[in-house]
Amino acid sequence: MKTTVSWLKGHLDTEAGTDALVERLVMLGHDVDGVEDRGSGLGDFVTARVVSAEQHPQADRLRVCVVDNGTERIQVVCGAPNARAGMIGVFGRTGVTVPKTGTVLTESAIRGIASRGMLMSEAELKLSDNHDGIIDLPPDTPVGVRYVSIAGLDDPVIDIKVTPNRADCLGTRGLARDLAATGIGTLKPLDTTPVPGRFTSPIGLKIDDLKACPLFLGRHIRGLKNGPSPDWLKSRLESIGLRPISILVDITNFLTFDLDRPLHVFDAAKIARGLTVRLARAGEKMLALNGREYALDPEVCAIADDNGVQSLGGVMGGEPTSCTDETTDVFIEAALFDPVRTAATGRRLEIISDARYRFERGIDPEFTGPGLEIATRLILDLCGGEPSEIVVAGAQPEWRRSYTLRADRPKSLGGLAVAPEDSRRILETLGFAAEAKGSDLIVSPPPWRGDVIGEADLVEEVLRVKGYDDIPIVPLARDTVVSRPAIDAKRRRAELVRRILASRGLVETVAFSFISEKAAKAFGGGDTKLRLVNPIAADLSVMRPSVLPALVEAAQRNADRGFPDLALFELGPLYRDDTPAGQINAAAGIRSGRTVPRDWRAKPEAPDFILAKSDAIAALVAAGAPADNIQTSADPPAWYHPGRAGMLRLGPTVLGHFGELHPDVLEAFDVKGPVAAFEVFLDAVPASRAGRARPPLRLSVFQPVERDFAFVVDANVAAETLLRAARGADRKLVTDIRLFDVYEGTGLPDGKKSLAISVTLQPQVGTLTDAEIEAFSKRLVAAVAKATGGILRG
Amino acid sequence: MDDLEQLKKGALGEIAAAASLDAIEAARVGILGRSGALTQRMRGLGALDPETRRETGAALNRLKDVIADAIEARKADLADAARSARLAAERADVTLPVPPDMTGRVHPISQTVDEIVEIFGEMGFAVAEGPHIEEDFYNFTALNIPPEHPARQEHDTFYLPERADGSRLVLRTHTSPVQIRTMQAQQPPIRIIVPGRTFRADHDATHSPMFHQVEGLVIDRTTHMGHLKGCLIEFCRAFFGIDDLPVRFRPSYFPFTEPSAEVDIGCSREGGELKIGAGSGWLEILGSGMVHPQVLRNCGVDPDEYQGFAFGMGIERVAMLKYGIPDLRTFYESDLRWLRHYGFLPLDIPSLVRGALV
Repeated sequence: MKTTVSWLKGHLDTEAGTDALVERLVMLGHDVDGVEDRGSGLGDFVTARVVSAEQHPQADRLRVCVVDNGTERIQVVCGAPNARAGMIGVFGRTGVTVPKTGTVLTESAIRGIASRGMLMSEAELKLSDNHDGIIDLPPDTPVGVRYVSIAGLDDPVIDIKVTPNRADCLGTRGLARDLAATGIGTLKPLDTTPVPGRFTSPIGLKIDDLKACPLFLGRHIRGLKNGPSPDWLKSRLESIGLRPISILVDITNFLTFDLDRPLHVFDAAKIARGLTVRLARAGEKMLALNGREYALDPEVCAIADDNGVQSLGGVMGGEPTSCTDETTDVFIEAALFDPVRTAATGRRLEIISDARYRFERGIDPEFTGPGLEIATRLILDLCGGEPSEIVVAGAQPEWRRSYTLRADRPKSLGGLAVAPEDSRRILETLGFAAEAKGSDLIVSPPPWRGDVIGEADLVEEVLRVKGYDDIPIVPLARDTVVSRPAIDAKRRRAELVRRILASRGLVETVAFSFISEKAAKAFGGGDTKLRLVNPIAADLSVMRPSVLPALVEAAQRNADRGFPDLALFELGPLYRDDTPAGQINAAAGIRSGRTVPRDWRAKPEAPDFILAKSDAIAALVAAGAPADNIQTSADPPAWYHPGRAGMLRLGPTVLGHFGELHPDVLEAFDVKGPVAAFEVFLDAVPASRAGRARPPLRLSVFQPVERDFAFVVDANVAAETLLRAARGADRKLVTDIRLFDVYEGTGLPDGKKSLAISVTLQPQVGTLTDAEIEAFSKRLVAAVAKATGGILRG
Repeated sequence: MDDLEQLKKGALGEIAAAASLDAIEAARVGILGRSGALTQRMRGLGALDPETRRETGAALNRLKDVIADAIEARKADLADAARSARLAAERADVTLPVPPDMTGRVHPISQTVDEIVEIFGEMGFAVAEGPHIEEDFYNFTALNIPPEHPARQEHDTFYLPERADGSRLVLRTHTSPVQIRTMQAQQPPIRIIVPGRTFRADHDATHSPMFHQVEGLVIDRTTHMGHLKGCLIEFCRAFFGIDDLPVRFRPSYFPFTEPSAEVDIGCSREGGELKIGAGSGWLEILGSGMVHPQVLRNCGVDPDEYQGFAFGMGIERVAMLKYGIPDLRTFYESDLRWLRHYGFLPLDIPSLVRGALV
């Protein structure tokens, strides 16, 4: 919503300057997007009379003019075709900067004739593109006056972000009323005296759907003359960026922005008999004022005559019945339209108009009549003509209601104690009616404040007029002296996972929750239920079934930029279905390229499944999973290499998966492999029952013993099976088992491999004897043989 | 005696010439061994008369001591020389560079969330979370935004396909639905913050289709606008680490709060450089207000008994202001260079008491 300082002052009697008004608007809740001083750079140009204009002796197209700027007569050479003696133009003397070119005018001789200034065109002043000639002001323009004040350019334009609840402030008067409540000025009275009708309108009115349009007032004016608007009206509209069209159109635009009262003016001669407000019929069409034809449907509120729909109620008028310069008879519409239907109509037809913007937010229902009277008077003043009596259809909807404002509520809700009489004064200046009841107030909002629907709204009115700055600052008291945890165990573990993974060399990313359908399908997703109806782009259209695709895409983008070696992770959601339980918190990571850059000492390697597995297990352990109980199985999801990937489980619960990505996936994402990846599901990790206290530590005084065993097993035996069997040989005695060698090849039969383990035995009651160690070894070899068929390598 | 001098001279010469432990041992055996020169002389003592025997014996014993000392001294010299030679041989170029530091980074969004949680945690708030795929009721209706409310149009909502009953799920446009879910599930007093992902169908230089917000909610019997101001001023100053940071509250409008306030922090834009702190300008960073009585009613909370405030803030926005990150879109581009530049070390955990926040 744009207005100007002088426009505001047309409604508000105040001495305040622009800055003070802007500051007050902001603190009332009308945020100001900007203040534009259109006169900036034009302050030095004055009006001047061209006293004489003689042909330049040396040049056909130049004239030598003597200009009277009010204080002296100055000679200038002018090339404009319209320069003539007696005209009043805009003059810039030497020393003044021309806005368009930025050059400073200097005294010069043009073809031998001295020139000490310049008569300006609109283009040179950057006011328009008009370069046809110099500015030609009306003959009664005073001479020697600053041009910006003549042109109304010294009137700063204020661009205000009116919040959606304040429909009443979509007119300048509403803003002035708010300002007046703060005491910065007083609201000037508005003349709404009825204009007596002199005949009965030949155009009748009927409303078929009183919900869509509860009230419609109309008035016929005959014998008027349309044409261009007077300067004051043009200048008002131009100041806020509207193009003047004709008096009749300009008046409706003016009243929209002045009093927040949208109106429509039909050319009465083009209306076939009366007007009916009804819902449009399927198949009806209308050519609107914006030049576009709209196909209508029964949801649209239409104003129709015998020929069909002539206007879209509250949204936009129709071209066939619009006013032109030839119009002599008009029919003015001042109506109320249902905000919901107006909004829906505008949305369906994709029409954005100043009328729609106001009707969908709610228009003052009481102001329908006064608005019509003001419009009538303006038309009579500017176009002449004879008004009819007002035609009425429908009735004024009931809007009166009242709420109690308890005396303590400004303090107990708003934090600022305000005396009831203060509250009352503020509310009354805003147009509310207030009545004391004990110490409380019974308050009725004015008809233009449909947004006020309870006591809390009244508190806000009082507070914002007093100023939020006045509300004393009160610390938010805590329940406890010492802070208590702000996050639960689940979130704490997730944060630990994040920082553990970063410590392991992975860099955290944050990616969108939606990905392309192709990527979703490659990672087991693509369910139609998780597809966005209105994605902003095809590659952001499906809720992701996994965190991995975004990471793979990131790997590809980074490689394209010249950074192929990377380790990335993301801790975020994946979506298995559209329920809250289907949103899973996951940690996923990838490593591609080389593990370290080329270095004199660190050896770069290609990341492989075992690196991914260690990342996955580190994340799971940080999330609270018992490291020793995590089981690995070789049945990975389809997007992994079938032989170099696996699942991590805790009993029947899937904790995650890891491995090298499938070549098909790498190809589809255009990534060079190998890429080692993992994804673990943090929500699947069972909550740990252990507290912070540790079990007692029993340190043995006896020397631990280390023994190595190498087993020959079938090549397809899982190492995990062998290790579990070995550990099970004596759970008390064995404190550690490490697999230190895996060997296949020379010296072993085909289809066999050797797994070598180192077992640490920790006696608790006495040093182990050779016999005890021997007995243990036998048990271990037997257990491994039973579980794997492996035999001790000789 | 000349004979003994001769022996001494020869033995000491042999020891001094010994270049290895083996040569010393050979010398020792040659002199002091079972058939060594000195040992032979000792054996010959018995044939001498008592007086000569005593004198010669004493002289031999002295010589024996001298030689033994010489052997030990020579051994020590050789060991020293050997160690020196080894150390010289082990010399390395200590100016060699260390291996590359492969420590990862924490994303600025995560770090900022942790910082926000740290500050509000100190004020007694606990973190709550909610689903991203949300029902219309929680995202709009319960928050006092009925289907035809103009505010709904401004939300640029992402929709999921229509379901059998005609309803449509949405991607939550703000973190406010968690207010509703919390109030429905929990009796006041309530003090929560809700950091998380939010979604709007808008994509340009200053809008991302996904971004992060943090929501705050306080519900009890007495909290009013003065507390709202106190709480948010405290937050802004702690977060930006500026004790006298100007904070301004302006009336505004949100369907789910009444009265409502936008919160601005002071800044200066001198020389085209934005600086947070006292200055002539203001920067909007927060929306807030007292929870609308209708919202309380929608959650089964009696507005005549309970009241409180709510606020919402863009996490990327405050991160950009605090860390000088110029472009919103870069947060989600996973550019390794950006992540390393703006990211945080894993052990740089925000903490108020350790001063690890600013």
